Amino acid sequence: MTTTTPAAPIVHETAVVRSWKAPIAYGIFALVGVLFAFVFPATGDTLFELSTEREAIQLAPVAVPTQSAVIVAALLLVGLTGLSAFFVASRRARSPLWLAIVFTVLFLFAFLTWVAADKTIPVPGLLVGSLALSVPLIFGALGGVISERSGVVNIAIEGQLLFGAFSAALVGSITRQPLLGLVAAMVGAVLVSFVLAAFSIKYLVDQVIVGVVLNVLVLGLTSFFYSKVLVPDAATLNNPVKFDVLPIPLLSDIPILGPVLFRQTIIVYLMYIAVFLVWFALFKTRWGLRARAVGEHPQAADTVGISVTSTRFWNVSLAGAIVGVGGAYYTLDVVGQFGKDMTNGAGFIALAAVIFGRWDPIRATLAGLLFGFATNLQSVLGIIGSPVPSDFMLMLPYVVTIFAVAGLVGVSRAPAADGKPYIKS
Amino acid sequence: MKLELRGITKRFGALVANDHIDLVVEPGEIHCLLGENGAGKSTLMNVLYGLYRAEEGEILLDDEVQHFSGPGDAMRAGIGMVHQHFMLVPVFTVAENVMLGHEETNAIGVLDIAAARAKVREISDRFGFDIDPDAVVEDLPVGVQQRVEIIKALSRDARVLVFDEPTAVLTPQETDELMAIMRQLKESGTSIVFITHKLREVREVADRITVIRLGKVVGEASPSASNAELASMMVGRAVDLTVDKAPANPGADAFVVTDLSVIDALDQYVVKDVSFTVRAGEILAIAGVQGNGQTELTEAILGLQPRVSGSITLDGVELVGRSVRRVLDAGVGFVPEDRTEDGLVAEFTIAENLMLDRSTGEPFVKAGALQLKTLEEFAEAKLEEFDIRAQGISTPAGRLSGGNQQKVVLARELSRDLRLFVASQPTRGLDVGSIEFVHTRVVEARDSGIPVIVVSTELDEVTALADRIAVMYRGGIVGIVPGDTPREVLGLMMAGETTGAAA
Ligand SMILES: Nc1ncnc2c1ncn2[C@@H]1O[C@H](COP(=O)(O)OP(=O)(O)OP(=O)(O)O)[C@@H](O)[C@H]1O
Ligand SMILES: [Mg+2]
Repeated sequence: MTTTTPAAPIVHETAVVRSWKAPIAYGIFALVGVLFAFVFPATGDTLFELSTEREAIQLAPVAVPTQSAVIVAALLLVGLTGLSAFFVASRRARSPLWLAIVFTVLFLFAFLTWVAADKTIPVPGLLVGSLALSVPLIFGALGGVISERSGVVNIAIEGQLLFGAFSAALVGSITRQPLLGLVAAMVGAVLVSFVLAAFSIKYLVDQVIVGVVLNVLVLGLTSFFYSKVLVPDAATLNNPVKFDVLPIPLLSDIPILGPVLFRQTIIVYLMYIAVFLVWFALFKTRWGLRARAVGEHPQAADTVGISVTSTRFWNVSLAGAIVGVGGAYYTLDVVGQFGKDMTNGAGFIALAAVIFGRWDPIRATLAGLLFGFATNLQSVLGIIGSPVPSDFMLMLPYVVTIFAVAGLVGVSRAPAADGKPYIKS
Repeated sequence: MKLELRGITKRFGALVANDHIDLVVEPGEIHCLLGENGAGKSTLMNVLYGLYRAEEGEILLDDEVQHFSGPGDAMRAGIGMVHQHFMLVPVFTVAENVMLGHEETNAIGVLDIAAARAKVREISDRFGFDIDPDAVVEDLPVGVQQRVEIIKALSRDARVLVFDEPTAVLTPQETDELMAIMRQLKESGTSIVFITHKLREVREVADRITVIRLGKVVGEASPSASNAELASMMVGRAVDLTVDKAPANPGADAFVVTDLSVIDALDQYVVKDVSFTVRAGEILAIAGVQGNGQTELTEAILGLQPRVSGSITLDGVELVGRSVRRVLDAGVGFVPEDRTEDGLVAEFTIAENLMLDRSTGEPFVKAGALQLKTLEEFAEAKLEEFDIRAQGISTPAGRLSGGNQQKVVLARELSRDLRLFVASQPTRGLDVGSIEFVHTRVVEARDSGIPVIVVSTELDEVTALADRIAVMYRGGIVGIVPGDTPREVLGLMMAGETTGAAA
């Protein structure tokens, strides 16, 4: 038998073809910036309020001349677009994540300055409110990432948040212990997870259907108990002790960001830790490797002795516990009592953050922050009176997600076995 | 370690895939399993590995009865397996795939990637592989993925190793290397079960040969038996190992490729400035080591590659820029290289798979409605004609044995009115009887007066079928030579030597 010479690694000539999607997307937004600056110019000054009375270091409000600020920002946006085009052209392949972040912040600045011409923007309030709206989204997204990475589509985030909020309110009121309320929220959300896991993993019911049904079920149950049980006896059953704000010394004195990030309750600090931990665990530990294997190629995982069913089951449960903390945030922190359908679709926006964040905990967190900001912006703009209809801003998370899924923002690829039950012969 | 299987019986519904199979593999023995497609070899090995649970029978290791409730137990007992269909996580790196399931970690469960890399390197070095531990598996050609599977099995220090058709996607020298590895392992006392359809390999390494047919052991053969003897024992009849082929009777230049280039997702030219012509009634074989652009070339013909430049004409009609649907409508029959990925929908039944690319019109669809009766008759006929071993036409294609899946694809593509037939690795994983059958059908397609392109990495297949041979190397065609070119010359050309290339 003749043999050929050993196959050396094949080196191909690189072709000069690149993806221009990112620069084009930037270009569109830069164009909007240019429109703000030159075509629909707003005159006067925009006043940025930088600190509230509570701060140790007081910063004077900054008045920005609206038109020149927007012009500068617009030009910078055009510059960044050029830079991104340069990255693509010079074969540095994709334009980097930092560019996306800088671009977004700059665009938002231009937009804010433009809409609030001759008005005052309360920056601390805007940021605090954004973070408050982001916290449940981020916990929800982290839970979503874990569960989808292990191959179970988690539509039930909404239900888990809501049930977590409900349990926390009830237990927090009865025991007068916020910590017990938090635990109850986790347990409550895990119970929802158990149902999702049992039906989708054990009985192979379509995961999306189970998730949707669970959301409706939780909404119905909590609304029923809310009006029949909580409302008649609100003082004892819907009056939980809230977590205290624990300012972190020094850090909380940093101007502008300090009070926003570090004058918070334990739940928010837990969130910072959770984001890091989930990222670390998913990509650096045995648990994460196995979880991802089960979500990508369950049969391969099975053949190396990993039990697909139990891995998925426990990961979905863990995801539930994390989402539950997000639910507790409503009743033990920001709102302070349970209200009918109080999550109001946050679970679905969290799901959008999972997809927009490409199933990556860090990116999903950034997406959660952006969505929280957008949601808050519409209420702030409503207060100061803006030309942009507020319903329009509410659409933002969904619009952005559709773009993401359409592949405009890099490749968006779900775990290969996401949503597929594993059936053994 | 000594392995003994006693009276293993495995049923899938009414089908008895393994019928009281007994098998003994002594320590330090290479035991070959031979059998037709669908004979039940993989099933038997999956039972051994704990993936399937047998209805009857027992597994003994060193004369002790084992009770495996899953692959984890089998692995712990010292059994390793290289699966027929790769069990690799595509988005993981080589190191991650190798470590999965028995990861080395520190106290809090943090992965020791460095140790996994070192392990991959150590095994690669020991057996002369050249593999980057940090390469992502989905970017690797199938031949390399197969090596990763082998490394994975070896990394667990298994004392019983099962190789289920590992050589189907290897080049001849990779196969030789693998056989050397098997001998090395055998020296160190590992018991090896080796499944292959290539008789040359069997005769080269086997210490003992067991032949399985229709789920039963039909006997043992001696490694010194001739190819013809082995083949007839497997199939139960005499097999013609050479193709009967009348000289070609080529007509006009029917299929013309000019300056074709293909750019892949990593922005690299995987096919560069390729030009060739296939005449009607002629078989052009495209030879070459796996991964030199053959796959992309055939995909470009079918319209599956997004970034293609140059021209492809069939009977004067330009195909570049057409959708796959319209290429198929132009009469192109296509057998893809990777049947599980591209050729079949595993969850669909055989019948549905047989009409997959004809779902837009008659005879199977009339006024938007499936013609179930027509489809049924058609599927029954094809099952018969192509000797597809299955319980029936409503079996999901994913349940078929590897070789039978391939036959479903062939049956679908060859039962249309074709103007061009393109087959990539048409006999990969097929048993000798089926190869004979497929080769006959390919020659028949040629004799019906259409151009035929066969892509194969098997020199045996290339020389058996080709009227002319084009050799590909690094995305280009090294040369186009007559079908009777000596193998030595082809071998050199496959390594990129242009000397001696003419015609
Ligand atoms: N999961 C399953 N469900 C139902 N039938 C199955 C399943 N797996 C295999 N079979 C059937 O069992 C028989 C034996 O299949 P098996 O895969 O063991 O064949 P094989 O000898 O490995 O063939 P090949 O050489 O083609 O790989 C086939 O008829 C196949 O259709
Ligand atoms: Mg098999």
